[in-house]
Amino acid sequence: MTDKHDPDQRGYFGEYGGRFLPEALIAAMDELTAVYEKARLDPEFTGEFDRLLRDYAGRPSLLTEAKRFAEHAGGARILLKREDLNHTGSHKINNVLGQALLTKRMGKKRVIAETGAGQHGVATATACALMGLDCVIYMGEVDTERQALNVARMRLLGAEVIAVKTGSRTLKDAINEALRDWVANVDTTHYLLGTAAGGHPFPVMVRNFHRIIGIEARQQCLDLIGRLPDVVAACVGGGSNAIGIFHGFLDDPEVRLVGLEPGGHGIESGEHGATLTEGTPGMLHGARSYLLQDEDGQTVEAYSISAGLDYPGVGPEHSYLKDIGRAEYRPVTDAEAMDAMMLLSRTEGIIPAIESSHALAGAQVLGRELGPDGVILVNLSGRGDKDMGTANKFFNLVPESDS
Amino acid sequence: MPLLDEGRSSLIGYLPAGFPTVEGSKSLLKAMVDGGCDLVEVGVPYSDPVMDGPTIQAAADQALANGFRLRHVFEVVEAVSAAGGKAVVMSYWNPIYHYGVDKFSRDLAAAGGLGIITPDLVPDEAAEWMAASQAHGLNRIFLVAPSSTEERIAMTAAASSGFLYATSVMGVTGARDVVSNAAPELVARVRAHTDLPIGVGLGVKSGAQAAELAAFADAVIVGSAFVTRSADGESGVAELAKELAEGVRNPVATAS
Repeated sequence: MTDKHDPDQRGYFGEYGGRFLPEALIAAMDELTAVYEKARLDPEFTGEFDRLLRDYAGRPSLLTEAKRFAEHAGGARILLKREDLNHTGSHKINNVLGQALLTKRMGKKRVIAETGAGQHGVATATACALMGLDCVIYMGEVDTERQALNVARMRLLGAEVIAVKTGSRTLKDAINEALRDWVANVDTTHYLLGTAAGGHPFPVMVRNFHRIIGIEARQQCLDLIGRLPDVVAACVGGGSNAIGIFHGFLDDPEVRLVGLEPGGHGIESGEHGATLTEGTPGMLHGARSYLLQDEDGQTVEAYSISAGLDYPGVGPEHSYLKDIGRAEYRPVTDAEAMDAMMLLSRTEGIIPAIESSHALAGAQVLGRELGPDGVILVNLSGRGDKDMGTANKFFNLVPESDS
Repeated sequence: MPLLDEGRSSLIGYLPAGFPTVEGSKSLLKAMVDGGCDLVEVGVPYSDPVMDGPTIQAAADQALANGFRLRHVFEVVEAVSAAGGKAVVMSYWNPIYHYGVDKFSRDLAAAGGLGIITPDLVPDEAAEWMAASQAHGLNRIFLVAPSSTEERIAMTAAASSGFLYATSVMGVTGARDVVSNAAPELVARVRAHTDLPIGVGLGVKSGAQAAELAAFADAVIVGSAFVTRSADGESGVAELAKELAEGVRNPVATAS
């Protein structure tokens, strides 16, 4: 092992993680683990990955201080890690480039993936186009409607998009359907999971493909302000952007790590996706982690205005960080996130994704708690272009009579 | 007493508890027993059944929509026992984990249940279940797949009791027209590692297919086809059970 924050041999972070999967998939998970463990130490692989991040994805991403936005955050300094500027518009490109390279190493020609907001689907379709891989994206029917623009992008990139009509017809069901495909086609197909969840090795592998976010941001903070931030804030659905940026600061105990979960219509309404705030440990999609479930262990449907956070599970490392007290998790409602989205747009000229807007809303609260001496690093994980339909509906930006 | 000891290939039928209702599932399962199933698998409807195809997914959704609660599984198992049948439970792991593995095992044994089939629990993660099954005298039925390595087949067989569940195709549940040619090969591979009976499932829907499987498998497992036939009520289920029971009693070796 090359990192003291890695899980144990069986993929456990403390008591979270592992592999709760059908036997039919275990051989593929073993193969993936072996190929990944070799690749992560192979200069040829890491060199190619770094080159793609630089020359294709556009890394390093900027660190932008948001001074006008900060006036609405208790005067604390707000630093934005600009993952929205990456190629394809979010942090998702980091992980897909890594996994697509692994797919080629395994000699597989077909990639499947789930997507919620469509960011991971677009990123996957992009990497597959770049590397000449067949690509099938599973997306909940509800999400294909609220993220129609991303469906068009994926199809333009040559991917087949399958609308999933089972269950809640959102991200959770897209993962179920992708797993069913994978069981049937595992010989030829890599499941390019989009978040730091699922059976081992996905949580550690996806985290490591995203850890560049934290590595860059930590140095950029030091360069810009001469010290580390007081708080690192990131939105948490499955938790990949958050774990990527948190990882750079795990060994800096003075830096608080705060994950912002989708509070939907409010925790008390029961309509939310705040898994770490309200969930209990259980197994979903291959790992033991916090989970929104009822008293019979049936998964409870999550809700969020943000398709990318609308998920009743969460990556196991977040569950571990919560339990040991290294990270804290707070809910942000739809309305708070949408207000933050508008605020950043109008104070900084940056339109954030609704997912990332949860982190911005959380940063406003944290800024008021810390006051003007505080410094908050926010992972601006994606841009908001894909969310114009939702924003228009929420703010009535283009009233029917105007159009 | 061994779980399967018919001196011939056994017939194992699956239906979800609570499908279409709790009482309805008791009647359907009783009809399966009466029709000739040697063992029934009582399925636990679950919100995220990743190993199931559309037929069983829809049945599970219907059971949940009609008010199935986990505790109902015990009364359904009890009804099977009362009808003179033998029952094991098939469940994704989270409902059992959430109920409490030891408590679930205790309550299942008390209801007359004989074991649990665990489609998403591999022996590597089963320490708690190993202990609970021993404490309460339940069979541990793990799955092996065509993709399983020799090492994993040996390890899984060593952890299992009652029988081993061999998934004959790579894929989810659902009736198929042709019995997979991966099945005989998988059974032969498993045979090299264990004396346990080997049940073959995934895709069987007809007496002819059952006869074909019975030529090399110790048990033939049928699920989706029973769900589909339950549209015709108890008589439909009993008829299918009779046809399949006839099949397992008259094995037909294929040319391959």
